[in-house]
Amino acid sequence: MLKEINALIWKEVVLEWRQRYAFNGLLLYIGSTIFIAYLSFQTYNQSLSSATWNVLFWIIILFAAVNAIAKSFIQESSGRQLYYYTLARPESIIISKVIYNAALLLVIALLGFLLYSLVLGNPVEQLGLFILGIVLGSIAFSSSLTLISGIASKTANSSTIMAILAFPVLVPVMLMNIRISWNAISGIPISDSIAAIYGLVAINLIMIAMSFLLFPYLWRS
Amino acid sequence: MKNYWWKILTVLLVAFTLIGGLLLEVPRLAILNETIRSLYFHVPMWFGMTILFTVSVIYSIKYLRSQNSLDDFKAVEFANAGIAFGVLGMVTGMIWANFTWGEPWSSDPKQNAAAIALLIYFAYMVLRNALEDEQQRARIGAIYNVFAFAAMIPLLFILPRLTDSLHPGNGGNPGFNAYDLDSKLRAVFYPSVIGWTLVGVWLASLRVRIRVVADKLLERGS
Repeated sequence: MLKEINALIWKEVVLEWRQRYAFNGLLLYIGSTIFIAYLSFQTYNQSLSSATWNVLFWIIILFAAVNAIAKSFIQESSGRQLYYYTLARPESIIISKVIYNAALLLVIALLGFLLYSLVLGNPVEQLGLFILGIVLGSIAFSSSLTLISGIASKTANSSTIMAILAFPVLVPVMLMNIRISWNAISGIPISDSIAAIYGLVAINLIMIAMSFLLFPYLWRS
Repeated sequence: MKNYWWKILTVLLVAFTLIGGLLLEVPRLAILNETIRSLYFHVPMWFGMTILFTVSVIYSIKYLRSQNSLDDFKAVEFANAGIAFGVLGMVTGMIWANFTWGEPWSSDPKQNAAAIALLIYFAYMVLRNALEDEQQRARIGAIYNVFAFAAMIPLLFILPRLTDSLHPGNGGNPGFNAYDLDSKLRAVFYPSVIGWTLVGVWLASLRVRIRVVADKLLERGS
């Protein structure tokens, strides 16, 4: 099974590399969103408060994540997906997609963070904790969104459905992320963030377990 | 008699809640005053909603195992009844909050969690309507129902504990904790929870029967 997962992740990476427009498109998406945010706040000629800075960052990451993961099932034709299902177990397919999407989101979120702090300033005091929040957040977004993207890909109007299915499910993840990164920004000792970190890890475990259990039922249809 | 005794019980319990809840004596607490009676009408809505959604998820799991469309009908209709209870709980809560907290919406964590739970089930209904094929609708709906329910657990049990709620009994507010939910309140509260939940079950079972009949008519028509 590990070998299968490895091969499938490698397949995703190669696929991404061959059709670079998807990844570049995402980078441009997050870049232009950040730039729009920057220009919009510029009209007031005053700097962002760190609370706004924090929330805005996570909202941008949220939308980028929904867009990035929406294509993880839609991108490939149903014929080719049928072919994968004859080759690999459904469990390995979903786990490989969760891992791959987490890595993709992590790269995008880190690049986004770089650009974001370049144009809008960087009030973060504990960079390590903030990066930890981004890492956990990427994994959590990926583990909750991958199965939902599989569900949404079965409907005709999948992008709207993807958003309405995903947003309520993502609320706990968003709140925990904002809490952790707020602690990182205001320099509150890490011991105060432990509860939120455990919360995120627990959500990750629940989501991955549910995807693992439910995906075999999804791919049959 | 064998099959409908619980419906008589429902009517009796709800009648007792209405009469007893409005007329029996209640303890006097600061801020709450007479609004404490909403304990018999607002709080059972949340109990009912949680129970109905849980039943809906159980039927969704059963559907995934059995592929029997009756289980799917039950899952949808229990979710529908849960939504009705959730909306009622939201409305009664907002009326109550208007008098005790001074405004209908004070971004209390429990209020927010309930609103998100409703959003999840509205999304479930939209998802079902977006799928044309009956079997696919049932299966994918069931998958989302189970997944979203698992996602709601952290919401309902972890998040409200991270921040203090304005609700009675939280964060030092006068409430119905072990020491002050006295026997007079309990005597009406427990029957009201059972009674209102049974109303939800009744509602759902009627709608399931309508669906079964409609399904049979469709089959015969084609």
